[in-house]
Amino acid sequence: MPTITLNRKVFERLVGKKLPTEKLKDRISMLGTDLEKVTDNEIIVEVFPNRPDMLSEQGFARAFSSFIGVKKGLRKYKVRESNEQVIVHPQVKNIRPFTACAIVKNLKFTDESIREIVQIQEKLHITYGRNRKRCAIGVYPLDKISLPIHYTAKKPSEIKFQPLDKDKELKADEILKLHPTGIEYAHLLKDAVLFPIFHDSRDNILSMPPIINSETAGKITEDTKDVFVECSGHDLTVLEICLNIIVTALADMGGDIYSMKINYGSKQVITPNLTPRKIKMDSSYYNKLLGLNLSNSQIKSFLLRMGYDVQGSTILIPAYRADILHQVDIAGDIAIAYGYENFKEKIPDVATIAEEDSLENFKEKVITILLGLGFLETSTYHITSETIQNEKMNNKFPLIKLSNALSQEFTVIRSKMLPCLMQVLSENLHHEYPQNLCEIGRVFKEEKTTETGINENENLAIVIAHGNSDFSELKKVLSTLMSALSIKYIIKPTVHNSFIKGRVGNIIINKKELGYIGELHPQVLTNFNLGVPVAALELNINELFKLV
Amino acid sequence: MNSELIDSLHPLERKIIPLITQNMNFNTLLEKTGMGEVESLRALQWLEKKKALILHRDVIEVISLGKNGKEYLQQGLPERKFLKVLLTPLLLTDVQTKINLSKEELNVSLGVLKRRKLIDLEKGKASITQQGKNFFKKDFPEEIFLKSLPTETKNLKEEELSIFKELLERKDILQVDIRKVRKIELTDIGKQLQAQKLDNVMNKLTPSMLKTGSWKNTILRPYDLEQDVGKRHYGKRHFVNQSIAYARRVWLDMGFKEMTGTYTQTSFWNFDALFTAQDHPVRDLQDTFYIEHPSNGKLPNKQLVNSIKKVHEYGGNTKSLGWRYKWDPKAASRNVLRTHTTCLSAKTLYSLRNSNSSAKFFALGKNFRNETIDWGHLFEFNQTEGIVIDPSANFRDLLGYLKQFMKKMGYKKVRFRPAYFPYTFCSTEFDVFHPVHKKWIELGGAGMLRPEVVIPLLGKDIPVLAWGPGFDRIMTDYYKINDLRDIYKNDIKQLRETKVWLK
Repeated sequence: MPTITLNRKVFERLVGKKLPTEKLKDRISMLGTDLEKVTDNEIIVEVFPNRPDMLSEQGFARAFSSFIGVKKGLRKYKVRESNEQVIVHPQVKNIRPFTACAIVKNLKFTDESIREIVQIQEKLHITYGRNRKRCAIGVYPLDKISLPIHYTAKKPSEIKFQPLDKDKELKADEILKLHPTGIEYAHLLKDAVLFPIFHDSRDNILSMPPIINSETAGKITEDTKDVFVECSGHDLTVLEICLNIIVTALADMGGDIYSMKINYGSKQVITPNLTPRKIKMDSSYYNKLLGLNLSNSQIKSFLLRMGYDVQGSTILIPAYRADILHQVDIAGDIAIAYGYENFKEKIPDVATIAEEDSLENFKEKVITILLGLGFLETSTYHITSETIQNEKMNNKFPLIKLSNALSQEFTVIRSKMLPCLMQVLSENLHHEYPQNLCEIGRVFKEEKTTETGINENENLAIVIAHGNSDFSELKKVLSTLMSALSIKYIIKPTVHNSFIKGRVGNIIINKKELGYIGELHPQVLTNFNLGVPVAALELNINELFKLV
Repeated sequence: MNSELIDSLHPLERKIIPLITQNMNFNTLLEKTGMGEVESLRALQWLEKKKALILHRDVIEVISLGKNGKEYLQQGLPERKFLKVLLTPLLLTDVQTKINLSKEELNVSLGVLKRRKLIDLEKGKASITQQGKNFFKKDFPEEIFLKSLPTETKNLKEEELSIFKELLERKDILQVDIRKVRKIELTDIGKQLQAQKLDNVMNKLTPSMLKTGSWKNTILRPYDLEQDVGKRHYGKRHFVNQSIAYARRVWLDMGFKEMTGTYTQTSFWNFDALFTAQDHPVRDLQDTFYIEHPSNGKLPNKQLVNSIKKVHEYGGNTKSLGWRYKWDPKAASRNVLRTHTTCLSAKTLYSLRNSNSSAKFFALGKNFRNETIDWGHLFEFNQTEGIVIDPSANFRDLLGYLKQFMKKMGYKKVRFRPAYFPYTFCSTEFDVFHPVHKKWIELGGAGMLRPEVVIPLLGKDIPVLAWGPGFDRIMTDYYKINDLRDIYKNDIKQLRETKVWLK
């Protein structure tokens, strides 16, 4: 989640009221943002990703001011017509087909407000813009640009300009290879034959979205008064909302918003469109979801506190709100305005019958029997390594690998339980013996017929480790367990590389191999640094469960 | 006599008391008891504690036979051999060869015999005197002394002292060792105890005592009840599973039905069915574990896949705007390790398509997130999931269920804050008040499932309450675990000693 830092004085001026720190903290939390820190000068908050409009000082203050009841209701922003054009060429259709643009005039930039503009862009890029994939933003000094503006795409070899923070012109492919920002976002143009660019009427390149602006025509300075703003991406609605978030923040900084005509050839779109979206007020739906009994006028007053307007039975949604997808989001905002702390919780009297999962129940029973025999239950990770699962066990069973392993120690999901217990023994050499351990855990193997192509099974592993441990001591345990479960089994000699030859067998139940039991091979014990003999077994619990 | 004292006597003490005599040497006692040294000493020390005796530690010089001394005692002293060959006067050299004396032995014995006037020496020849002949039938004082060994230096009489000194100067006849010995001094209490009958007290009640009835004439010794006897290890559940078992019971008590399912899931169930856009950061490699092979699973039936696609792209029939991007079925089929148990709720909703009754479900299980391990993060964690499907369910009920559960887990004060999750509305994160640390701890998230989730799965728009707080942090406080890594360390000592979940 993005964290933003607000200048507390600017924030308080924008809000129109100063709150004592404790109250401020509480109100910020209850508006639905995660407060990190408040000092005399700064407020650091984490904004939830559904509210990109709150990623700027202006946007945050706007929402907060309404919420605490200072400036309630829909903010009105005037959009003047500029009659200026952005011409969208068909070449962009398969790369980044859409743009939404605006002009904002009469701004006064200072060091701090330039930083603020950069922060808004950055945070929007990361969150709502999904790291520029869904939406990329550019802000340009209008005095360096000659209108109209063209949004088109060219072969990389035909694109050459001076990117931000470089002192010379670079070709498009050089930018992707040499410029830090180019390297970071190169993957967004990976398969593109043509690269999108904005250029002005004199063919000066303004930027190559979603990568980088030009140093000469794409950089705001303290001399800048008027700006051109563009958002490019794949969905016009998304771009319009993003543009609205930026231009309203700029307007709150003192700018005047001017619209532009986006000419797609076959159609023309005028942006920004700050006309509020409309949705019907559905009070009974809200009341039902919230468990409240609010009147229409109560609902209206709560909506005003969340920055909406209500006209008759129509709710006007601010044009910068990205998160209102459905009536339930209106209900959510009413709940916030009502105050989560004011809801009286209740337990409804819905009659339902409890039922535990029968396999889980069976697992409990098996463990209970083993506890009675003095075993200590462990709980090990499912993610482990080939070294533990196979190499140290002298085996080569197939394993399911993770695509994005954390480290060498955690690369696969386990196919056997026993190696996990061996690892536990090897990490407890200095503790008192006997170490008699048991665990039931999930193991994984490939199996085409399942939904994921992976079979998951619950396996029981038992180890007995002490100076005199042997096969018969463990077999006694197995026999006790089986007789407690009323299951008949036989042990059939087998060959298994982890065990001593002639001291390992398969556990056969109803003619099915459901596990193995034996004395661990001295080489395996050595691999795990163990200094005592170990008798061990592993048993398929799912299959056992089918028999009881 | 104090009967409490008598009662408290251990069988070893009872056995040893009658054998002690005043100022007895410990070693002497040891021979009499026939018990081991450690046991006997322990019994004496107990008696000393009870003021029945005093153990004195002494240092003594013990005189015993040296190597030559032993030989001389058997075969005779050199001077005795010397005398014996002097039936006729002999040259000294002949004496030496006849009785095979070393030069040194010859000189010493010559000196002794001459000094005592037992021989005469004339022109190199030695002859026995009358006085010497008397000693044919009589022991030399040296011989008497050697036969009296071993003894202690301080027991020597004046006349023995000079013999001792003389013999000490001769080669390897005597050996003097410094030894520590324990002497036992009986106190008045000890003497009184010796006058008592002590042998009718037993340590253990035995089957034969019960059979013969001999217990009637026996006193069973009282124990030292405060003695530390050590601890036993017992069969014990892993502490996490103890608390999980409790939490499962709480949900069952509240009428919930258990959901379980696989840890590997397609992205479809883990994300797409939960209205989590395919470009949402939670689906990135640095957040979610993907399976390398088999990398893709099967998507469920086409109708469901299609309605999920529509919901993502433009809202489908849910009256939502949707996420407004092109949904990719390939991305939905990617296999992941489930990141939350909410995928089980999605599957459960789908399984209830044709059911009309209200239902409550819970799950308690492992999930996986690609986190670097540190004190506050693990890549495997437990979550406790719950859903309530009911036409009249509402936000207040959600708060009610969560408060109730938290109360049963030991947290009386719960605070709800607005939050955001892609698949819920009226989303909340809740904190509990830590009664000892006096601060709020964030425990988890909850909300009501969005229509974009419910309608495609369930086929109708019914309120569904949902929550999924992480479980590990709920229970670590009980065990006073501050570092989450300690949960799955499987340190056997820790597992043996951690307190039992007593709720």
